[in-house]
Amino acid sequence: MIETQQLSKRYGRFTAVDHISFRVEPGQVLGFLGPNGAGKSTTMKMIAGFLAPTSGSIKVCGFDVQAQSIEAKRALGYLPEGAPSYGEMNARQFLEFVADVRQLSGEKRRQRMDDVIGRLHLEPVLEQTIDTLSKGFRRRVGLAQAILHDPQALILDEPTDGLDPNQKHEVRALIQSMARDRTIVISTHILEEVHAVCTRAVIIAGGRLLADATPTELEMRSRYHGAVSLTASNPVAVKDGLSRIDGVAAVEIDPQDGRLTAFPKNGQKIFERVDGYLREQKVAFSELQLEQGRLDEVFRQITTQPVAEARA
Amino acid sequence: MSPALAIFKRELASYFATPVAYVFIVIFLVLAGAFTFYLGGFYERGQADLQPFFSFHPWLYLFLVPAVAMRLWSEERKSGTIELLLSLPVTMWQAVAGKFFAAWAFLGIALALTFPIWITVNYLGDPDNGVIVASYVGSFLMAGAFLAIGACLSAATRNQVIAFILTAVVCFFLLLAGFPLVLDFVRAIAPQAVVDAIASLSFLTHFAAITKGVIDLRDVLFFLLTIGFWLYASAVVIDLKKAD
Repeated sequence: MIETQQLSKRYGRFTAVDHISFRVEPGQVLGFLGPNGAGKSTTMKMIAGFLAPTSGSIKVCGFDVQAQSIEAKRALGYLPEGAPSYGEMNARQFLEFVADVRQLSGEKRRQRMDDVIGRLHLEPVLEQTIDTLSKGFRRRVGLAQAILHDPQALILDEPTDGLDPNQKHEVRALIQSMARDRTIVISTHILEEVHAVCTRAVIIAGGRLLADATPTELEMRSRYHGAVSLTASNPVAVKDGLSRIDGVAAVEIDPQDGRLTAFPKNGQKIFERVDGYLREQKVAFSELQLEQGRLDEVFRQITTQPVAEARA
Repeated sequence: MSPALAIFKRELASYFATPVAYVFIVIFLVLAGAFTFYLGGFYERGQADLQPFFSFHPWLYLFLVPAVAMRLWSEERKSGTIELLLSLPVTMWQAVAGKFFAAWAFLGIALALTFPIWITVNYLGDPDNGVIVASYVGSFLMAGAFLAIGACLSAATRNQVIAFILTAVVCFFLLLAGFPLVLDFVRAIAPQAVVDAIASLSFLTHFAAITKGVIDLRDVLFFLLTIGFWLYASAVVIDLKKAD
């Protein structure tokens, strides 16, 4: 369990994190979304016990990060942004060092080392100096370090940044496999990742928490939620016809691929009507599709709001 | 294994993982030897002691210890590993002490490798080995004091060159604190009590006292307290600066 209450961090007059409160339960994967400089990393650094908050409190697995910092750090695995590690060591020495500091010993230690090395496919690079590793392997060494002690709570700051699509897929699978009984918080820029691994998403901008919902709920806020899109041979004529359908608020033509999108009036279901209309008029169309909503659009809409407010 | 010991082990091993350690040790030994024989007149004096050897240690340390200390924290900050280190279940003190003692042990190894000169002087004559032991202890303590200063200043910047120069300057000032070069300057702007206080901080005075063969508790305490003070300052500086 990870819980923050009215968490704030100020640097002089600049407020990096502004009264953020949330709670993540075991079994949940919380996605931290937000533009660069939104305060995501600062929040994660505070949860990890690296930075002290200006005000507010954090609990990790029941331990107060300020008052019981060692216990909290023991319960937590943390992958800092950029996955820093000691470059002059080889991967095995580095993991042994983390195991030493985390005071793992005996059978448990051997079992955990084997487990993370296997899970992250580190066998081929174990004896290689970390400085000479590819970005993907370096990231995996960082991840291995974070899960070495089998933590109950896990904070991963951009775990898939800089990985190729296959590696991204593997890391997501790893996160999902660990999610069942653990509390996981990840930050990411990649919105498809939110769908792939997160059970909940939090959007932060300007240090403030602007949204806290499931990925599906977020999508429902999109203009595209419930919209119907299709490709037609004569888009301009079809656009006219579609916009006369009851319940359709507007019809747009994508300037790039010429695809038509019909937007519903507040929450009406228009798929059947559009489908009926097209068949009735014998319009030649293809790829008729009901849109779920677009996360990137919701993200933009939510995170640019404060800027608009500030200007007003 | 306690976390502090794990950090100590890692840090000490990291010196020997790159050629830096070997380069440093070779330069230290060559310079220590050259100073002793050429500048110190080891043979010409006709005395069986290591006075000319130890008298150059403060000046050797002035440049070589900052070189060891400069990477201590600035590298952690630059590479971001400080975030990793301090989010592991270690206290600030364990991290500061583990890293400091590793660097001190490394300097101890370099100092211990000067043993052939001790053998030489015993072969050539009949020196007072008590004085030599005391001098080694004094030299090691002084190296620790320089190192603690360097650790603190290295925590203050992520630029190793700046850390090196700042450390050398502060060490130079403290080395000569008992001498007119520093005192005349202070006397012009501060009352006599301050001048006396600064004069008593002189590394050279305390080191000279120990190399006479008398390990006075006050001199030992002076170096230990200096180390303690600068390590405490390191912890404070790390706490303040780790965010940027």
